[in-house]
Amino acid sequence: MFQERLRGLAAALTLGLGLGLGVAPAMAGTPDNVLVIADKIDDIVSLDPAESFEFSGNDMLNNIYDTLVELDPNNLGPLVPGLAESWSVADDGRTYTFVMRKGVKFHSGNPVTAEDAAWSLQRAVKLNKTPSFILTQFGFTPENVDERIRAEGDKVIITTDKKYAPSFFYYCLTAVVASIVDKKEALAHEQDGDMGYNWLKTHSAGSGAYRLALYKPSDSYILEANKTYWRGAPAMEKVFVRHVAEPATQRLLLEKGDVDIARKLTPVDIEGVKGNPDIKVNDEVRGRIMYIALNQKVPPLDNPKVIEAIKYLIDYDGMAGSFLKGAYVVHQAFLPKGFLGAIDDRPYKLDIEKAKALLEEAGVGPFKVRIFVRNDQQRLEMAQSLQNTFAKAGITVELRVGTGKEILGQYRARKHEIYLGAWGPDYPDPHTNASTFAWNPDNSDEAKLTGILAWRNAWPAKETTPLVEAAVVERDTDKRRAMYEKIQRIHQKVSPFAEMFQAIEQVAMRRNVEGFVAGGSIHSAFYWTVKKN
Amino acid sequence: MGPFERRGTRPASAKEEAGLSSNTTTTTLPPDDISHRLWRLARDALRLLVMLATTFLGLLAITFFIGRVVPIDPVLAIVGERATQEQYEAARHALGLDRPLIVQFLIYVKDAATGNFGTSLLTAKPVLDDIGRVFPATLELATIATVLGVLLGVPAGVIAATRPGTLVDQIIRIVGLMGYSMPVFWLGLMGLLIFYGELGWVGGPGRLDTFQEMMFESEVPRHTGMILIDSALAGAWDIFRNALSHIVLPAGVLAYYSMAYISRMTRSFMMNELSQEYVTTARVKGLPEWRVVWVHALGNTLVPLVTVIALSYANLLEGSVLTETVFAWPGLGLYITNALMSADMAAVMGGTIIVGAAFILLNMASDILYRLIDPRARAAA
Repeated sequence: MFQERLRGLAAALTLGLGLGLGVAPAMAGTPDNVLVIADKIDDIVSLDPAESFEFSGNDMLNNIYDTLVELDPNNLGPLVPGLAESWSVADDGRTYTFVMRKGVKFHSGNPVTAEDAAWSLQRAVKLNKTPSFILTQFGFTPENVDERIRAEGDKVIITTDKKYAPSFFYYCLTAVVASIVDKKEALAHEQDGDMGYNWLKTHSAGSGAYRLALYKPSDSYILEANKTYWRGAPAMEKVFVRHVAEPATQRLLLEKGDVDIARKLTPVDIEGVKGNPDIKVNDEVRGRIMYIALNQKVPPLDNPKVIEAIKYLIDYDGMAGSFLKGAYVVHQAFLPKGFLGAIDDRPYKLDIEKAKALLEEAGVGPFKVRIFVRNDQQRLEMAQSLQNTFAKAGITVELRVGTGKEILGQYRARKHEIYLGAWGPDYPDPHTNASTFAWNPDNSDEAKLTGILAWRNAWPAKETTPLVEAAVVERDTDKRRAMYEKIQRIHQKVSPFAEMFQAIEQVAMRRNVEGFVAGGSIHSAFYWTVKKN
Repeated sequence: MGPFERRGTRPASAKEEAGLSSNTTTTTLPPDDISHRLWRLARDALRLLVMLATTFLGLLAITFFIGRVVPIDPVLAIVGERATQEQYEAARHALGLDRPLIVQFLIYVKDAATGNFGTSLLTAKPVLDDIGRVFPATLELATIATVLGVLLGVPAGVIAATRPGTLVDQIIRIVGLMGYSMPVFWLGLMGLLIFYGELGWVGGPGRLDTFQEMMFESEVPRHTGMILIDSALAGAWDIFRNALSHIVLPAGVLAYYSMAYISRMTRSFMMNELSQEYVTTARVKGLPEWRVVWVHALGNTLVPLVTVIALSYANLLEGSVLTETVFAWPGLGLYITNALMSADMAAVMGGTIIVGAAFILLNMASDILYRLIDPRARAAA
């Protein structure tokens, strides 16, 4: 009868739900030999080291590939041997020699040779993807790279186009784009002479502590330990990184012990877990600088007194003390803390009266301006704070909000007015930021130097461009440091940039996790140093 | 009559009942032998094909042109903001984005007709592979949510209709209203907090726990991509139970919305039926009340109810971005949304096609169901 059928259905339903409900407690917690990380990995576009230029991709590749020279995760700063056991530069200042470490094998079993190293670097130059500038800035072109970067026996010989500060060159070789790829393995999967590019977009061929076992875009990836890693097998046999877009969800997973590390918690979530005895929070200063830039093509933003006034209209301490608490510290120069030459000078603070006086001196009455900002909660809050403080001096701000790609497109085309955004360094040498904030070889529209921030804002950087060019070839480290300090102080006075904050990454993890390094201001994350007690 | 139209219970006029048409001349029916049947079948199939082709073409054309006109730059998504103008142009050319819109569209259609739906800019994998990965996740979730929604919503609607104005009715209506009004984001997070965080009754975000996920990847052969089905087929009951514990909460949240909608519609249809004369007649004839309500009245609401359920199911098949975000569920909603934000048009089009196909299939399934349920529909065919 129908009634009975209905009851039967209800029973089946309850049984099903019960089955579902009844099993969760037994399965909670992460396996002992697997490091489980909750992160946001939807920025990954390619796993080819010659192309990868996103934070999450670089985090992964840093653990799959090795470079000739490397940074020590326990002491980020000085160079340590990687796949090269020693290196030197000749008296001509242009010829570098790297002696390859012996007995190292790739994940495929192929031996790591100087030929692989030379080919990997040549390949990055020839493919000419976004990060290739890190190498091509030394004068390598697809035409000349085969003779400028050569393998001779167990040595790699590299000849740059002119003399550079050697530390600058070495630091560039620690970047992911200079990863050493297994030439035989990559070429075995070559299509149409692409040097393995199409295959490497979703596969790995490295020599590092981990190999890629599985990659599901915007979902997760699994790394498996390389048992014969030349530094010794890593403690964690597997690393499982899950894409969890919502920070509150990451927090729940961490509190329940279903992940070991949660990397994208907001300051509110961090406050919430601070009292939890099972969780600890590590603060690491990162390299990202949050700044605003004034497009010099838009009057009255090109008036020096207006620029100075605006720098006094930013509520640095107010923002850092409230909604940015824990995520950012005030930093007003373009080199992040941790870089050679970084300074702590803070010439500006919120001073409405001074700003008003400067605007009067400039002869500029109240005006309207648009701040171009991406649709991200923190940035919107910063923009709103600016809107508030600017208004007190008679500047009416309209917020032009859009998706990241949309606003970026306009910025690159010099179509913005004020841009609010962030800049992350590309390699651990001060030239990375100096060459974009303080250097502009050609300010014309036709030059289209869209990768250089000074160009995007139509600022000729006459005062600092020659200083930057001199600093990058200075071989004495102390002299070099002093030069960058000087450049930043000039920059703080005259540039249309107002650097505001430096990012801090607050990594929340279970108490038994040791050794996780997010990379500081100069590098990417290290998984192979982690162990769980 | 087309799909998704309600077949009413209009009484037939006496003349039509008697088989007489309103014209004085009687039209002769076409001959019913095999060759004519085959001809009609072929003609119907052709009509169906033409309808499908036009629908899809229209869908693709609109999506394509909107995508190209939107001010988001897909090239920037790949090359990143450090690229030089030269690298940017090279990438743009490699993607074929410097060709005229019409040419790009025709190339896409031609490739699609041969099964090549392009490569996603963001995942660097063929769109077909991506859809094969994300759609089963959404399908699982949507199916269980709809089943739960129907099992809870239909009886709730019937009960509310038979006791209009009482406390029971009020409660059911309020619960339904809450379903419309609460943001799914909030409900999902609350559910996670209470049932996963505090009580530990259900699995957390994601489709499986770490251990089970690794086992699933390495040991269970992929037949459908739906974890529940694949693990059941392989006899991996550990994984099956774990997957069930993870799907309960997100499916429950989505089911709540389904149930709210279905119960309101059921109540409305039922109240309409219960006011009809045949119901009074049945009662007078002495049929038990439950038969009158659950067999005869409910039976007559089945046609519009199937429509409502099909619509609700189709809605869920598009993928629910917010639910997928909160529960870290790698489904179609997140896939299409991420693709849209980066103007990854191949992926968006692929997603559009699958959603369009789902709608059309559900349409056709509803049609078949009407014929099965409603004898008049069978006769008209």
